[in-house]
Amino acid sequence: MENQPTTPSPTELRTEEFVVNIGPQHPATHGVLRIEATLDGETVKDILPHLGYIHRGIEKMTESMPYKQSIYLTSRMDYLSAHINNHACSLAIENALGIEVSARAKAIRIIMDELQRLTSHELWWGSCAMDIGAVTPFFLGFRDRERILEIFEANTGNRLTMNYIIPGGVMRDVLPSFVTDVKELLKKIKGYRHEYDQLITGNFIFQHRTQGVGYLSKEQAISLACSGPVARASGVSCDVRKHYPYDGYEKLDFNEVIDYGCDNWARYLVHMEEMNQSIHIIEQLLDNFPTGEYRTKIKGIIKLPEGEYYQRVETARGELGVYIVADGSNKPYRMKFRTPSFSNLGAVKPTTVGLKIADLMANMSTIDLVVPDIDR
Amino acid sequence: MISMIEFTDITAWIHSLLLSVMTPTWTYIVELALSGVTALVVLLVCVIIMVYMERKVAGFMQLRWGPNRVGPYGIFQVIADVIKLLLKESFSPNRADKVMFNIAPALALCVSLMALAPISWAPGLTMWDTNIGILFITAISSMGVIGILMAGWSSNNKYSLIGAMRSGAQIVSYELSAGLSIVTAVALAGTLSTNGIIQSQADGWWILKGQIPAIIAFLIYVIASTAECNRAPFDLAEAESELTAGYHTEYAGMQFGIFYLNEYINMAIVSIIASTLFLGGWMPFHLPFDYPVVHVFNHIMDFIPTWMWFFGKMFLIIFFMMWFRWTFPRLRIDQLLKLEWKYLLPISIVNLLFAAVIIVLHWHL
Repeated sequence: MENQPTTPSPTELRTEEFVVNIGPQHPATHGVLRIEATLDGETVKDILPHLGYIHRGIEKMTESMPYKQSIYLTSRMDYLSAHINNHACSLAIENALGIEVSARAKAIRIIMDELQRLTSHELWWGSCAMDIGAVTPFFLGFRDRERILEIFEANTGNRLTMNYIIPGGVMRDVLPSFVTDVKELLKKIKGYRHEYDQLITGNFIFQHRTQGVGYLSKEQAISLACSGPVARASGVSCDVRKHYPYDGYEKLDFNEVIDYGCDNWARYLVHMEEMNQSIHIIEQLLDNFPTGEYRTKIKGIIKLPEGEYYQRVETARGELGVYIVADGSNKPYRMKFRTPSFSNLGAVKPTTVGLKIADLMANMSTIDLVVPDIDR
Repeated sequence: MISMIEFTDITAWIHSLLLSVMTPTWTYIVELALSGVTALVVLLVCVIIMVYMERKVAGFMQLRWGPNRVGPYGIFQVIADVIKLLLKESFSPNRADKVMFNIAPALALCVSLMALAPISWAPGLTMWDTNIGILFITAISSMGVIGILMAGWSSNNKYSLIGAMRSGAQIVSYELSAGLSIVTAVALAGTLSTNGIIQSQADGWWILKGQIPAIIAFLIYVIASTAECNRAPFDLAEAESELTAGYHTEYAGMQFGIFYLNEYINMAIVSIIASTLFLGGWMPFHLPFDYPVVHVFNHIMDFIPTWMWFFGKMFLIIFFMMWFRWTFPRLRIDQLLKLEWKYLLPISIVNLLFAAVIIVLHWHL
C-alpha cells in the first residue's frame, strides 16, 4: 500500500529519477562501454552496463584460423596486457603438445609479462587520477609507460600489439643490450615512483575521494568471480602466479599483494604495490639471465590432439583463462576466453549503487576496465 | 621623465580636451564609453595572456612544451584559437529553449564585466569611484550563476542540467565564505570603497598588518573564489570526466568561447579583488615599521610603477589558481558542500569575530 503513487499537490515539490547514458562515447568509460545510470539527483540508484559496442567476434574468428594465427587476435582483447594474452594462448597450445620451453624463453616471457603489467598499471594510475579529476598524473604515467614501450619496440618491433610470445618460445631473440636496457629502465622507474606518491597518493582530496568509497566485500568479490587487483583488494587470494604458477613463477620470490580495505583506496594500493612486485620479479630474472635457445623448434602447422585444454594466467587486470576444444585439426573447434574485465565489470554495480555520480567514475577507474577485453 | 607621468595626468588631459570640444553631458557620456572600452581591452589582453600562461603552466607541470608552433614561443596560439572559434557555427540543440540558450553566454559575460566598474586600477584610475565598490562587486558576482543555470536548463541535456545545478549549489554556498572574508578586510580597512581600501594599505598590506585573521581571510578568499570561478579542484560544473563538459556541453563556436572567456575574466576579477583587499592592489610593498632602513626600503619600492604591482599581484594569484588546477583531483559534490558549510564558513565567522576583536583593541599594525 505504501508504494502507491500519490498525486502531488501543485504546491508540493515533486522529484523523479532520471536515466543518464554514460557512454558509449564518454571521457570516463575509456572505450565504447555504455552504462545506463538511473540517478536521483546526484545519487546513483541503478546501473545497467550495455556491452557489444566493440564486439569483434574474436572467439568465432579463431575457429577459422590456424592456432598460430589465432594468437595474434588475443593481443587485441586486452590491449594493455597484449604480451600476457599471447602468453596464455601459447601456454595452452604448448601444454597440449607437451612442449618444454627453454629457460631463456621463459625468462624473456616473464620479463615481458611483468613489464607489460607495469605499463598497464602506469596507464591505469594516470587514467584513474584523471577520472578523479587530476590531469597531470596522466602525463607522468605516460612518461614512464613510454620508456617501457621503447623497450618493447626495440625488442619486438611493436609497441601495443606485440605478437611476440608464440608457442615454443618467443618470436625473436632479445637485443644483446636487453639486460642493461631493462636495468636502466627499472632504475629510472624506481626514481620516478616518489612523484606518484607526492602527486596523488599523499593528496588529501584523492584520499578522501577513494577511502571508504566503492565497498566490495569479500563475499561479493568471490560471487561475482572478480579477479586480479579488484579481488585482492577485497582480501581474496587469487593470484594465478602464486596458485597455478607457470613458466617459472614458482621459482621467483614475490608477494601476492592482498589488502583487506575493500574500497577504492585498497584497490589503488594494491595496484601501486603490484608495480613494486613486478619490478622485484624482473630484477631477479635479470641478475642471472639465462643463455641458450629463445625458441624450441616446433612444426610449421600445429595440430592439437583431440581434447580440451585450459590454461590460466594473471594479466594486469586479473585471471585470463584460455579454453581450447581441439578436434585434431590445425584449427580449434572452439576457443573460449575467460577475460578478467568481463567479470570485474560486475563489480561496478554493487560498489556504486547509493553513491554519487563522481563515485561511479572513481569506481570504474579503480576496477580498471578495458572495454575490448569485456566484449572480445 | 616618462615614468613620472601618472595615469591621473592622462585622464585629466583627456577630460579637459573633451570639455573643450563638447558639452559637459556629452563629455560624461564619451568618458563612460571610453573607460568601458579601455577596461574591456585591458581585460581581453589579460585574458589572452592568462590563456597562454595557463597552457604554459600546464605544459610545465605536465612534462610538455605547451603551445610552441604559432608564432615565437607559440604566443599567437590563443589568437589562432579565437579565430577558429569565430569561424565555427554556433548551433543550438534541436529541442533547446533557443532564446535562453542564446542569451545565457551573453548574460554570464555581462555580469562578469559589470564587476569591473568599481575596480581601482591605478592611483586615481577608477571607472566608478563609489563608496560601496566592494558591496557592488559581491552583489554582481552572485548573479554570475544565473547565466550558468540558464545555459544548463535551456540546453535540453541532462549532463548540462546536472552541471548547472552543481554550479548553482556551489556558487551560492561559496559566496558566503568569500563574502565573510571580504567583510574581514573591509572591517580592517574601515571602508567599502576600493580606492579607500587600497589607500588604507599605504603603510603596509593588510595581509601583513592584519595579523592572523587577515591571512586566514586571504586563504579562505582564494579557496572560495576558486570555487566561485568553477575552477579545479572545484570544477564540478564542468567535471570533464563525469559530465563531459557540464553546463556548456551543447555550446559550440563563439558561444562556447564566451563561456571560456568568462571563466578567465572571473579569474582575473577575483584575483584583482583579492589583491585589492589583502595585497594592496596597486600599492607598492611597504613595511609598517618606523625604522630608517624601512623608510629607505619603502621609498625604493615606490620606484616600481603601480601598474607593475597591480598586474604582478593579479598574475601571482592567478598562477596559484592554475597551480591548484593542474595538481589537485576534483572534489565530490557532497565533499565540496561539506568543505564550505562545515569548515570554511564556521572558520570565516570565527575569523571575522577575531578580526573585530583585533580592530577594537587596535592590535593591528
